[in-house]
Amino acid sequence: MIGALQLLLFILLAVSGMQVVRTREPASQAVAVSFYGLVLALLFFLHQAPDVALSQIAVGAVALPLMILLALAKVRRAEQAREKETQR
Amino acid sequence: MKALRLLLFAAGALGLAAAFVGAGRKLPPVGSYAGAYGEVLNAVALGERRATDVVSAVNFDYRGLDTLGEEFILFTSVLAVATILRRQEDEEDEEDEPKWEPRKAPESDAVRTLGGVLVPLMVSFGLYMISHGAVSPGGGFQGGLVLASAPLVVYLCATAKTFLRIAPPGLTRAGESIGAAGYVLIGCLGVLAGKTFLENVLPLGTPGNAWSSGTILFLNLTVGLAVAAGFTELLSVFVEEVLRREA
Amino acid sequence: MTDLLSVLPYAVAGWLLLWGLYGIVTSKNLVHLVICLVVMQSATYVLLLAIGYKSGAVAPVYADMPPGTPAVDPLVQALMLTDIVVEATVAALLLALAVQAHERGGSLDPARLARLKG
Repeated sequence: MIGALQLLLFILLAVSGMQVVRTREPASQAVAVSFYGLVLALLFFLHQAPDVALSQIAVGAVALPLMILLALAKVRRAEQAREKETQR
Repeated sequence: MKALRLLLFAAGALGLAAAFVGAGRKLPPVGSYAGAYGEVLNAVALGERRATDVVSAVNFDYRGLDTLGEEFILFTSVLAVATILRRQEDEEDEEDEPKWEPRKAPESDAVRTLGGVLVPLMVSFGLYMISHGAVSPGGGFQGGLVLASAPLVVYLCATAKTFLRIAPPGLTRAGESIGAAGYVLIGCLGVLAGKTFLENVLPLGTPGNAWSSGTILFLNLTVGLAVAAGFTELLSVFVEEVLRREA
Repeated sequence: MTDLLSVLPYAVAGWLLLWGLYGIVTSKNLVHLVICLVVMQSATYVLLLAIGYKSGAVAPVYADMPPGTPAVDPLVQALMLTDIVVEATVAALLLALAVQAHERGGSLDPARLARLKG
């Protein structure tokens, strides 16, 4: 039973990893990478690695999408300032 | 130009894939672990260090020096991010900046209630994971990251001013420095006792207790403090830029 | 199926590595590039996980098990822990650099950064 679950998760991991790369828009990529991190954490858990799974959840599903969205917010604000400047 | 780049990549990728397949055929099948070091560690870690979580014992005792390097990587990178994103003198032209309003607190009651429920859960769970690093899965890094999510939830469910009141930049910087320096000082305890740096010289207790395994507990605490303060600082650096623009 | 499972982890690791590399090569956005780097780094986690796994073994935590139960390799898991923390810090640093590059160069597109000057 565990074997079937591991097989399923590996296939899901490969597909979601490919989709993370193929999503070109960074804002939607943040959500995709969060899901990818969650699948990876489940895989770690099924392979008897609970420490690593905890670390991966905290980093890949919380800290990383947060940093991506904050960086995008900063970039968008700078672009708005630049647009105002060229309009003048 | 783009076609040339893709062609080069395809050639490189084919070579890498071929090398990978060739190497993969010589690797032992997954599930048949044949190494010796893992078996030795599993057999002796409980007896030697009274730590039931062998991964934490490896991280903070057998390979404590590597964790010291990793903690300083975190410290340096937070320092570098804060330096890169600081306000510089030529950014002070205020008449070009759009009028920036601070983000208002969310009006939905559900969001604020959820925040009120989640924050104490996260803080207590984070502290539990940090302090029981040697007993159950968890440890300084994982617990520190969970602890750093609590100010984040406060920032999302309330205004940024509340977040800054909870985690002012002076406090996070002090916490990070104390965490990083504390690790080195605990390592020096071993030198003071006449043995090697980072040796486990405190009394080992009974396995299964939180107060056990000597220095592993205190190293977990310092690493948890450094990681929690570091990630909160990372968040506040991305956000405080905006706030200083408003103030 | 166990035959497939004994080779699949290595194949998935290679697959993720190559897809991440493809994403980096054909990226038009610096933030997208950083995330593809994260995918490449996670390929190494899968490889390390596959190396240390032993079928039928339990996690290397002896809190509720009699000592002596066969467990998976704890050293490789310690390596993966360090790797995950380093991934987070590298991503933070690269994102800060991308934000600053946008401020100085005017665009997040790596191909257009070289032409626009501040």
